[in-house]
Amino acid sequence: MKTMDLQELEKRFQEKIDKEIKIEPNDWMPDEYRKTLIRQISQHAHSEIVGMLPEGNWITRAPNLRRKAVLLAKVQDEAGHGLYLYSSVETLGADREATIDDLHSGKAKYSSIFNYPAVTWADIGTIGWLVDGAAIMNQVALCRCSYGPYARGMVKICKEESFHQRQGFESLVTLCNGTPTQKAMAQDAMNRFWWPALMMFGPSDDESPNSAQSMKWKIKRFSNDELRQSFVDATVPQAEILGLTIPDPNLKWNEETGHYDFSPINWDEFWQVVNGNGPCNKERIEARTKAKEEGMWVREAAMAYAEKRALKKTA
Amino acid sequence: MSNREWPLWEVFIRSKQGLNHKHVGSLRAPDATLALENARDVYTRRSEGISIWVVESNYVHASDPSDADSLFEPSDTKVYRHPTFYEVPDGIKHM
Repeated sequence: MKTMDLQELEKRFQEKIDKEIKIEPNDWMPDEYRKTLIRQISQHAHSEIVGMLPEGNWITRAPNLRRKAVLLAKVQDEAGHGLYLYSSVETLGADREATIDDLHSGKAKYSSIFNYPAVTWADIGTIGWLVDGAAIMNQVALCRCSYGPYARGMVKICKEESFHQRQGFESLVTLCNGTPTQKAMAQDAMNRFWWPALMMFGPSDDESPNSAQSMKWKIKRFSNDELRQSFVDATVPQAEILGLTIPDPNLKWNEETGHYDFSPINWDEFWQVVNGNGPCNKERIEARTKAKEEGMWVREAAMAYAEKRALKKTA
Repeated sequence: MSNREWPLWEVFIRSKQGLNHKHVGSLRAPDATLALENARDVYTRRSEGISIWVVESNYVHASDPSDADSLFEPSDTKVYRHPTFYEVPDGIKHM
């Protein structure tokens, strides 16, 4: 009898999804749907938070006040995006601090792109253009996710992110129209970030076993390879305007498919970085753990103060 | 490390004078004063609002989605509560 009930609930759940009815926090949902979302949204939140590190590194070294104000605003947005996402993961019954501890212990992942260092100023423009560009491609699709709180968060995030990509592109236009050294710096950043940016869409469809279920539940609307292709198609003409060369000798327009062809991705590198062996994995996790541990006294003091004041009020 | 987490607060923003406060999300803060300050930083970085309400999430009571039919169906069947239910002869104006 019990299993019949579950089957019936699952059937009704899928009917709602098929009719494009959003799922809200108190609605019944399969355990696996909840788990998939907790994993995906918390990892998305971690990516926003860890993503502040490579850029934060350049706030004090921005070349002028305008760029500095812009970079500060962008990094502050990433913090906000992380917070929207942690609050949406809490609607699923997950414990916010536990998800953060999973990040620090290495159990939870975050976007592998943030394990690459930002070594020159051109990297900051390139991160805005390519990394935020790829993130937007992913996030626009997530605005139609079947889970209401996640979809609504994505709408807000996408609105804010479009400035991130534009400021990056604008910064690169300036460098590419500058001295030969500046142009070379931009090309060097492009060479280092192009492939990691393509890897941001995740493994190929045939290597992505959970994708089919996520598509059926409309958590995902497009496959990893479809989104990656859209990103390449959108980005190649932008690189041409900058006068930058994409580091792929096999990149060419395919009349027949109406898309750009590109070389196979080095998945060994991708898995190496995902599994903790990228250039900055250790540094990133150390920075996050230190922030929590060394900042804990502030949280505790604020709580103690709030409790003291509450007591005074009732006294 | 402390085991006591900051409480969760629901955030409501009035986007401009004359409109109602609308739920925008939630956040954690030790007390109402800091919840308001954090809500300012997290939810109004682009002039989204002119007024903020924060309510500790514990105090929000929600209807059960599985009761939706019995709660809301009765009003679905009362079409005569809408003006379009009534026929008005041709030529009648301002009604």
